[in-house]
Amino acid sequence: MTSLFQEVSPGAAAETPTRQITVTINGERRSAVVEPRLLLAHLLRQGFHLTGTHTGCDTSNCGACTVLLDGTPVKSCTLFAVQADGHDVMTVEGLAGPSELHAIQEGFKEEHGLQCGFCTPGMMMASKALLDENPNPTEDEIRWALSGNLCRCTGYQNIVKAVMWAAKKLEDQ
Amino acid sequence: MTAVDEIKIGGMGASRRRVEDNRFIRGKGNYVDDIVLPGMLHMEILRSPLAHARIKSIDASKAWAMPGVRLVLTGETMAARNLAWMPTLSYDTQAVLATDKVRFQGQEVACVIADDPYIAKDACEAIVVDYEPLPAIVNPSQSLAEGAPLIRDDKENQPDNVVYDWEVGDREGTDRAFAQADLVSKIELHYPRSHPSPIECCGSIADFNRSTSKLTVYLTTQAPHIIRAAVALVAELPEQMIRIISPDIGGGFGNKVPVYPGYVASILASILLERPVKWIEDRTGNLISTGFARDIYLQGELALRNDGRILGVRMKATADHGAFFSDAQPSKFKIGLMHSAFACYDIPYAHLEARGVYTNKAPGGVAYRCSFRVTEAMFFQERMVQAAADDLGMDQAEFRRVNFVRDDDFPHRTPYGFLTDSGQYGKCLDVGLEAIGYQDFLKEKEEAAKRGRLLGIGISTMTEPLGAGNSREYDILGIKMFDSAELKIHMTGKALLRTGAKSQGQGHETTWAQIVAHELGLPAEDILVEEGDTDTAPFGMGTYASRSTPVAGAAVAMVSRKIRAKARKIAAHLLEISEEDVEWELGRFYVRSQPDRGVTIQECAMAAYSNMPDGMEPGLENVAYYDPPNLTWPFACYIVTVEVDPETGVWDVLRLVAVDDCGVRINPMIVEGQIMGGLTEAYAMANMQFITFDEQGNCIGSNFTDYLLPTAWETPGFELHEVVTPCPHHPIGAKGIGECAAVGGPAAFVNAVMDALKGTGVRNIDMPVFPDRVYQALQTGQDVSGAPPVRTGDA
Repeated sequence: MTSLFQEVSPGAAAETPTRQITVTINGERRSAVVEPRLLLAHLLRQGFHLTGTHTGCDTSNCGACTVLLDGTPVKSCTLFAVQADGHDVMTVEGLAGPSELHAIQEGFKEEHGLQCGFCTPGMMMASKALLDENPNPTEDEIRWALSGNLCRCTGYQNIVKAVMWAAKKLEDQ
Repeated sequence: MTAVDEIKIGGMGASRRRVEDNRFIRGKGNYVDDIVLPGMLHMEILRSPLAHARIKSIDASKAWAMPGVRLVLTGETMAARNLAWMPTLSYDTQAVLATDKVRFQGQEVACVIADDPYIAKDACEAIVVDYEPLPAIVNPSQSLAEGAPLIRDDKENQPDNVVYDWEVGDREGTDRAFAQADLVSKIELHYPRSHPSPIECCGSIADFNRSTSKLTVYLTTQAPHIIRAAVALVAELPEQMIRIISPDIGGGFGNKVPVYPGYVASILASILLERPVKWIEDRTGNLISTGFARDIYLQGELALRNDGRILGVRMKATADHGAFFSDAQPSKFKIGLMHSAFACYDIPYAHLEARGVYTNKAPGGVAYRCSFRVTEAMFFQERMVQAAADDLGMDQAEFRRVNFVRDDDFPHRTPYGFLTDSGQYGKCLDVGLEAIGYQDFLKEKEEAAKRGRLLGIGISTMTEPLGAGNSREYDILGIKMFDSAELKIHMTGKALLRTGAKSQGQGHETTWAQIVAHELGLPAEDILVEEGDTDTAPFGMGTYASRSTPVAGAAVAMVSRKIRAKARKIAAHLLEISEEDVEWELGRFYVRSQPDRGVTIQECAMAAYSNMPDGMEPGLENVAYYDPPNLTWPFACYIVTVEVDPETGVWDVLRLVAVDDCGVRINPMIVEGQIMGGLTEAYAMANMQFITFDEQGNCIGSNFTDYLLPTAWETPGFELHEVVTPCPHHPIGAKGIGECAAVGGPAAFVNAVMDALKGTGVRNIDMPVFPDRVYQALQTGQDVSGAPPVRTGDA
């Protein structure tokens, strides 16, 4: 249990249904007792303090909360935490290795694919899902794959370049 | 020994990769919602479902009874502490929590503070408010109609719904110019309501500590020092006991300049509960209640001579301010800098009449990627210019060229009285026309027309005033619009720089260090940049209206020069020569007669702490407050080509060429990033961003399913070009750039579509230029207005 959900007011505890779940997050098995209505994004952020996953719209439009569920990009504000029970979740915090950045992270920095940084984690996770499936995407394929993620700062052109930079680096490795 | 290589040390002109990215790409940014304080509670706001209604009663008993609820705030609670109303940044008042009436849909009615956000949301739903509905007003004609319900009946001496009447320019001279005209070109335009919508919504964490009397507020604010002053005045707390911390901000675009009721309520809640209280706005709350932008109607007229010269300009603007006049803008100007229109054209006479009205819509009038209504000004200007060229039967590029202020005409007094100081307008236009292949496109367009295809080309050229002050003319609530920088050089030659600005993605941590590197020769990576904490940063007016580089950036250069002046004295001491014999090259002082004898800036830094001359104050630190002598005047030329599908009204961007002259570029990579971001918002406003209202005042566009932001799929590609005309008064020759493309861009898109429709009799389609509007225009040959109310449902 996390600090946010540890303190339960008298009376609330009895009325609130809970369920224990176990989720593999960035390779580590972690358990929590949660209300069934708790959103996955909130479990990650408030529960496990993985605040790289952001929420920006509440309606599954902006994609700032994008994480990989068993390798597939999902909007974690639109999933209940209990739906991730027994599954594998990868967040932006799981992208980099112990000593080095993932090529996508490097690409975003090299090609100036971010400004305020708020959409960036979701954008990079969607990019990872794309490159896992299609290591050598065209510009149109990148634009289509990222069309569920909104960015207000960059105008996307440098994000496209960032993904291409990463694709090239991964190919060269 | 020689001077250091400026590009190698990450100085001016280097496309230095951004320092702040290191945390953002790891998901380690520190945004307000990421901050967790011990014992923190969570606040949620109950909003009005009605646009205009009298509050008969509020019953919060069920909310109070819910487990986990710590406090319920209503207008009554606020009124008991004299906090039901707060002053706005434009000398009006705004309800914090409604007491008498609600005046727009989404207005704040009550707040619940609970153990977690889910409980707070549940409890809001348990509050019962009894409303008596009143007729809603959603546009200026309704607002000004005889017998219209009085929206601001809370105010004394407010007999109607007029906020202000204001004028500027030479009325009589303009009348004379129009009397002499060969032709008068007229057009009516509406710049629709829009919303900045950064991906991060607004939020705050108020943390009042009773034992120290200190109030710390973590806040999504672009202007932390203004907020500190506002909190001191509204909450009547001593200013030294207020600390505003603006951590990483997930985009601002003007949305995060005003003071919002949620901030004030969270502060009061923390004071009452003596625990930290976090409020994170949801997206609907953000879209329906916080700083909207634009919403101005214009009747524009140009007095023209047959040879193409513009003799005079007449503009009559009506601004829809919503329920409270809360524009964040210099106090002297009621409709912002609307009168910066036509600054790039050599026109003798102009007159602007402006009227502001109240309606039952969210307040705001924020400068959305804009310097105070400059976006509307430039859109109106360039739409009027295109219409005038068409009316004269003149080529739209040639018409602009004939009327441009010439390169040798600076400084130039604009028709409304601003002073522009530099630019190469004709050259920028030439670069743009060359890049797009103007003549070839005109031929292609003609050929395509023979086969029933509709191609169009739109041009938008403009110079705009960025970087308020000077302090003689620009203030917010009386606080002069200067800015600041404080530089501390440590003994090892490393440095800490703090400014009164606040980055929200502009990359200050990277570029400010580049300015210091340029002035002192210290490697940029040796300079730590901090902003946003009012307890540590020098006082400044914050970041909006593209003022960071023009004002705070100038302060960074000036404080570096103060440091260099002191270092020069230390160098003379170390070299055992008189100061007059010391020469400077980047990174080092040397003996004029013996260039190989010198000391580095780092050696001077060490000496400032270990070997200073007799009588010299130790240390190497300083602060600079910079009051700019004038605004900076970047110029831009945006050219868009489109193809309109006559069957569906859908239009596609074929090419987009941008030529920006923002003076000297500190970090070209970041400048280009700013331009592309601005172009995208320009495209969004022209194409899809739409917040409107139905007859009941319901907000249409209250989430991202209805309020469309462009994705990577729709957004066109950009072709960027540059011209450099240094700013004559800025210490490093830079001009503002952040908003240029968002300001000048929209007209280029609309002009392109209107050019494609030339000959159909259609003179204007209001933004967003939706396909159904284009289709309607093509079917009817009539203009299409986008003014609210929209018809919804079975109406």
